[in-house]
Amino acid sequence: MNVKKQFFEGLITQNPALVQLLGMCPMLAITTSMFNGIGMGVAVIVILTCSNVVISALRKIIPSKVRIACYIVVIAGFVTMVDLLLKAFIPALSKSLGLFIPLIVVNCIILGRAEGFASKNGIGASALDGIFQGFGNMVALTIMCIIREFLGAGTFGGGLLNGGAGFQILPENVVALGMILPVGGFLTLGVVIAAVQYFMSKPKKSKEVAK
Amino acid sequence: MEQYKLSVASSPHASSPVGTKNLMRDVLIALIPAMVMGVWVFGPRALTMTLVSVVFCEIFEWGYCKLMHKPNPIGDLSAAITGVLLVFVCPVTLPYWTIIIGDFFAIVIVKQLFGGLGTNFLNPALAGRAFLMLSYPVPMTTWVLPGKENWVGMLSAADAVTGSTPLSVDFMKSAENASAAVEQFSMSDMFIGNIGGCVGEVSAIALLIGGIYLIAKGVIRIRIPAAYILTVAVLTLVFSRAPEGYNIFLWMLRELFAGGLFLGAFFMATDYVTSPNTPKGEIIFGIGAGLLVVFIRYFGGYPEGVCYSILVMNICVWLIDKYTLPKRFGVTAEMRKAEKEKAKAAKKAAKEGSEA
Repeated sequence: MNVKKQFFEGLITQNPALVQLLGMCPMLAITTSMFNGIGMGVAVIVILTCSNVVISALRKIIPSKVRIACYIVVIAGFVTMVDLLLKAFIPALSKSLGLFIPLIVVNCIILGRAEGFASKNGIGASALDGIFQGFGNMVALTIMCIIREFLGAGTFGGGLLNGGAGFQILPENVVALGMILPVGGFLTLGVVIAAVQYFMSKPKKSKEVAK
Repeated sequence: MEQYKLSVASSPHASSPVGTKNLMRDVLIALIPAMVMGVWVFGPRALTMTLVSVVFCEIFEWGYCKLMHKPNPIGDLSAAITGVLLVFVCPVTLPYWTIIIGDFFAIVIVKQLFGGLGTNFLNPALAGRAFLMLSYPVPMTTWVLPGKENWVGMLSAADAVTGSTPLSVDFMKSAENASAAVEQFSMSDMFIGNIGGCVGEVSAIALLIGGIYLIAKGVIRIRIPAAYILTVAVLTLVFSRAPEGYNIFLWMLRELFAGGLFLGAFFMATDYVTSPNTPKGEIIFGIGAGLLVVFIRYFGGYPEGVCYSILVMNICVWLIDKYTLPKRFGVTAEMRKAEKEKAKAAKKAAKEGSEA
């Protein structure tokens, strides 16, 4: 039951990107192709799970006055590992995400979960929390990517499917270039958040009316 | 006859027959001269584009409200104005589907998602243009030559004869180009509108007639357009870009007639929803927009800055309104001071309370 609740919190009701509004910077900057989105999502899942486990294990040792610094050290360690691994094994992803991989160190999702969940809960629950929250983040990133890529470049699955080129759905002279630009990131994010809020508040509203 | 219904509610009980619909109808009437000039200069395609845009704006507005179970807003004509204005700030060669995308952005994203008429924080038509400019930079900056022999086809604009506008980058950014502009575009052509440019912005005189009609009818107040145009006039006179030996007053007039300044000043900056409510605020709004136009024209990457100047000032409206509140009647300086101190003390107490 608890696992199920955690899963739904991570995916929908407490989605780190779309409801808690954490980690907006990569959300706006890199969501231009599906490859980027899924790559970033997986990197965050790995780092979040590992750092949650370690911080949860150390939660009784870390003094509360310097806890943030301790969390950052742990997170930075895992980020460096992922960064180097990506450089070694998936150089294309490392190149296309660029600075945003090292910047995961200061990603609010990871620090937020460390402070809000891992430092108060056991190792098992923290690991699950890391996976679910990371998964929620990845889903949000992928949705953003699909929308922006479709409208801005006319492709689906860029960098991932069809040998890296993606499937061209809209002809190139029809696509709205603005959706690939940072402007498009803000627009898409706003619309997606609005849609999520609308559908989340809907059942509540109808219940209130029924009363 | 809705407005004459006896309403059992708190005062005021008497209602004015002037409603959104009447005001918007007046704006549409005021846009007719510019429309006529647009058709005369660019051909019947200008008219069909406008009709398509109006129809799709109304469809998007109706569709969104239907989907969200809101009251049907079609009667108030405000979406029609957005549709007309959006075409007026686009080149005539723009494909129809691009206009429809702009309509969608203007009506659904900018207007309805923020709550519909009265709560949008940007002028929908200009926001639509800004989006089109970002997304389709090439079609949005393809200008055709004016005149009947250069009219573009109704369906396809591929056969258009392209030319430059008085404000095109290759003309205004250097002295030699400026003298070339003087040769190519005569003063009277610029005043009447026989120049390249967007559909509705070319004819200064037609826009002026429309603007004067609106001011005379009391639909808009003169403060914003006057402050706006005067600021641009003063700045382009003092820091003139006129070529050697050219009368700087005439050059100033050229700068005023070129581009969409009149269209923006009379029809876009004065949008009720996105302009300040106080007299002082309106003047600040006009001056700010005027400054931005000149800055963008002189130093910016775009040849024309009317669209962005109004959008930027739209974003500042809440701030302008906040700081230009009129004095309350019967309140002295001491009373205000005492009130301020009281508010400060209350804030401090609240802060201490939350800390404890």
